[in-house]
Amino acid sequence: MKLLRQITIILSFAFLGEILNKLVGIPIPGNILGMFLLLLSLLTGIVKLQQIEETSRFLLDHMAVLFVPAGVGLISVIGIIKDTWWILLLIAVSTTFLVMSVTGLVVKYTRR
Amino acid sequence: MIEITSTALFGVLVSLIAFEIGLMIQRKTKKSFLNPLLLAIAIVIFILQEGNISLADYNKGGQWIAFLMAPATVALAVPLYKNFELLKKHKWPILVGIFTGCVTSIGSILLLSQVFGLGMELSVSMLPKSVTMPIALEVSKQLGGIPEITVPSVMVTGIIGAIMAPLVCRVLKINDRVAIGIAIGTTSHVLGTTKAIEMGEIEGGMSGLAIGVSGLVTVVIAPVMVTMFQYFLQL
Repeated sequence: MKLLRQITIILSFAFLGEILNKLVGIPIPGNILGMFLLLLSLLTGIVKLQQIEETSRFLLDHMAVLFVPAGVGLISVIGIIKDTWWILLLIAVSTTFLVMSVTGLVVKYTRR
Repeated sequence: MIEITSTALFGVLVSLIAFEIGLMIQRKTKKSFLNPLLLAIAIVIFILQEGNISLADYNKGGQWIAFLMAPATVALAVPLYKNFELLKKHKWPILVGIFTGCVTSIGSILLLSQVFGLGMELSVSMLPKSVTMPIALEVSKQLGGIPEITVPSVMVTGIIGAIMAPLVCRVLKINDRVAIGIAIGTTSHVLGTTKAIEMGEIEGGMSGLAIGVSGLVTVVIAPVMVTMFQYFLQL
């Protein structure tokens, strides 16, 4: 029953986030709000790490596979980007490189 | 055939098996550009097209897998909590780094889209590509973007980021584990973070933190930067 309780706790925070987003109207996605609420609860001791550790490790270790369905959805938009896909890809690759380099270097040098 | 592929089990299994094959190929070849996620997506698309299976049928199972994204995002609080002391100790470099990263991302996309004559609609659809999917869709919608373009942009950026991360760190000699994590999370959200978690607990925690903060920063500055950019174009 331990894992069941862990997933219940984690899902409750996701739901709490959704409530804050949809009913209270905070313009941040529910999942992210749920993450911050769980962090807050861990820091204040409302939730103990042992109460969620195994399930969260399972979820984090297998995160990549959760993106498969979204990626497969790509086939539905091929028509829209038929002519411009290579420009979009070029921009995506170059800006990803740029942003990662800039962020990494800024943190590295401001920490000195 | 039709009855079998329209059960939820089909979509779930085909995704999991495709991912296992992707993992196996990467383990055998040890090439980082053969990303297991990318391979899995290609395998599933191939199966759907060859077997004449509709996306709607696949999604009956696919949605079960995608559903777990919500608790997985919430679970990012755990590495964040474990590294909270580190965050408090280095809060200024971390915040300045994430902010600079977001401004660089939005600015460079606006500029390059203009150079290639992409038009504002495509440009704003790509604009939030470095932040986590739910936030990206929200930002894109707000700015008048096309969601179907935003989704693959976010995905591709995540995969490229995960593939590129070890390379960028080596070339630019970034060996500071906090800087690596922040750079990965700011650039390539949850997908990059899967790589950061592989690299180590500090990298994973910092990357998870950067997803949340860069998402918030982007929500606030994206509309402002777009307005400023359009104003300068008219001058």
